[in-house]
Amino acid sequence: MSGPLSSLVRREIAIARRIGGGGSMGVVFLLVLVTIVPFAIGPDLNLLRRIGPAILWIASLLAMLLGLDRLFQADWEDGSLDQLQLGATPLEAVVFVKCLAHWATTALPLVVAAPLMGLLMAQEPESMLGIGVSLLVGSPAMTFIGAVGAAATVSLRRGGLLMALLVLPLCIPALIFGVSAANAAAGGTVPFLTPLAVLAALTLASGALCPFAAAALLRRLGE
Amino acid sequence: MRLKAQKLCIDRGGRRIVEGADFDLSDGQALIVAGPNGAGKSTLLRAIAGLLPIAAGALDLDGEAEDIASVLHYIGHAEGMKPALSVGENLAFWGAFLARDGKRGRSPADALGAFGLAHVLDIPAGYLSAGQKRRAALARLLVAPRPIWLLDEPTTALDVRSQGALGQVMAEHRAGGGMIMAATHSPLGLEGAGELRLGIAA
Repeated sequence: MSGPLSSLVRREIAIARRIGGGGSMGVVFLLVLVTIVPFAIGPDLNLLRRIGPAILWIASLLAMLLGLDRLFQADWEDGSLDQLQLGATPLEAVVFVKCLAHWATTALPLVVAAPLMGLLMAQEPESMLGIGVSLLVGSPAMTFIGAVGAAATVSLRRGGLLMALLVLPLCIPALIFGVSAANAAAGGTVPFLTPLAVLAALTLASGALCPFAAAALLRRLGE
Repeated sequence: MRLKAQKLCIDRGGRRIVEGADFDLSDGQALIVAGPNGAGKSTLLRAIAGLLPIAAGALDLDGEAEDIASVLHYIGHAEGMKPALSVGENLAFWGAFLARDGKRGRSPADALGAFGLAHVLDIPAGYLSAGQKRRAALARLLVAPRPIWLLDEPTTALDVRSQGALGQVMAEHRAGGGMIMAATHSPLGLEGAGELRLGIAA
């Protein structure tokens, strides 16, 4: 395969691997956040067990925001964004593929690491599995929504904080249903699949809509 | 192929930068965009590439207004080279991404060779000097064949020999029916090129 989009995927992953930091930095950030929570809350295992899924979801969401501001900014600075608009490939598809590559390099390590860190939050195996599955299904939504924020702040030098302010409120639905799915896996009255289905719908809808919003912003602001 | 602009007007930040630019470019022709700093040369080239909106006027290719961006190359001030990737990887990517209908151009090594830069193929683009980076960006013109070249100050940071190499590459492109539109202050050695003079916008 050597089509424009597959070569874009290979390029994005190669850059992420060479520069490094993206994925491992997120995992370390997650570990730090999860480690300090028991110090603040105290050694109450029941309480930790109850709030564990929520803490892991919030920590993953924040960790995903870390590298997101560079998603388009690096391309904007070095002129790649201009060239990416000259291809026969629509910019929307370019944005979609860049999101997928970004998700694979930064969110996927979190999806793998977060359930293991459930150990620090006294999570049962079923609950750890629930956290992993809910993050796997829900994290692409956060990447797609984040891409809109990254596109809106593409030309701002210190746009990271503004991006977080734009993106975090929009991630609330994913957070609600993600945590509720993770909680449902640990037991309770709600079946696991109900919130998970809503979460999957959020991911699919954001994957379908957000690339258009981000591409429109990049065309306007990337000049 | 024929690129034609009539009364092209381009705004930036609410100010009219280019007012009523006319030109007509067909196979093998070249056009120099001249004018003092701030006259709107870069703005005009970016608008033709579709990177800036056109406020008024008409720009069409063979009488049609669509898809001009995918038949042209734009070399701007930023090189579009990822510092973490080698020069060869950068060019191979642009060759694949900018290819039209799957038609590939020259190999990255060959394209770099045309600018006397074959030895940097495996070096990360971040280590290149300004002139080398510019030549690597110009090599992009050759890895994906496209008929229209928009060159914004292509000789910036180039030494005399590289300017000669660029002149030769441009002559070959025109001999093959390609078109060139260049914004420049220095002579590029484009024989029989037309000139579009932009004044300072009022």
